[in-house]
Amino acid sequence: MDAILFLLFAAIAVVCGLNLVLQSHPISSALSLVGVMGSLAVLYLLLGGEFIAAAQLIVYAGAIMVLFIFVIMLLNAGTERKLPRRLWVKYAGLPLLAVFIGIASFVIQRMLPVTEGVKFGAMTHGNPREIGRALFQIYLLPFEVTSVLILIAILGAVVLARKEID
Amino acid sequence: MPELPLPQSVPLAWYLILSAILFTLGVAGFLFRRNVITVFMSIELMLNAVNLSFVTFSYKFKQVDGHIFSFFVMVVAAAEAAVGLAIILTIFKNRQTLEIDEVSSLKN
Repeated sequence: MDAILFLLFAAIAVVCGLNLVLQSHPISSALSLVGVMGSLAVLYLLLGGEFIAAAQLIVYAGAIMVLFIFVIMLLNAGTERKLPRRLWVKYAGLPLLAVFIGIASFVIQRMLPVTEGVKFGAMTHGNPREIGRALFQIYLLPFEVTSVLILIAILGAVVLARKEID
Repeated sequence: MPELPLPQSVPLAWYLILSAILFTLGVAGFLFRRNVITVFMSIELMLNAVNLSFVTFSYKFKQVDGHIFSFFVMVVAAAEAAVGLAIILTIFKNRQTLEIDEVSSLKN
């Protein structure tokens, strides 16, 4: 059952990721990205990260993607123009990426023992209680710095969006 | 009906390989696409892929720190999305274009 769920949602994630790269209209790419994020949330649940799965759905698939789609509709972005690419990009880009995936998979397979598997329910530390305890005891300073970062980001976004540049 | 040769539990490496595949797709989108919004979404895809490996390693070591780190990554991604989309809005207001090849004032 675990393997079936993993394969199903991994396939959805990869197909949606491919769709993101291949679609020429930004709104299709944005919807594919929502698909990737949703299936990743299910994978987080399988790995025992309940809080992270919920945060993924709320923060990423909810807030950030709504921001993206809002900007796409505000700017009325159309399909991309097809321009000729440089020769070496055309013929060397995809093989290089495939080589990267191959090397990464090989190293990962070598590093991790094959016998170890992910069982749903084996990781019980991902609930909000444990996360909150770690967040407000060990990681209190980074957490507070993050709030300052978000404040600066809000101010920066407002200033940038209002600014008139000649 | 023959039993499918599926393992009882998913190997940890599969999650990391999925993460590598998604990261590579993000790199491909980042390098090959020309619409600045799509490039930005590819960056988000890369961040998501890294988050998946954080959570996977958190499972491996049975510790909660990986979850905390992916939470911080989400927060930074939210801040980045807000500022980045404001920059995209400003670019569009000034140049009426979303093609990254046409926004090259810093070149040379």
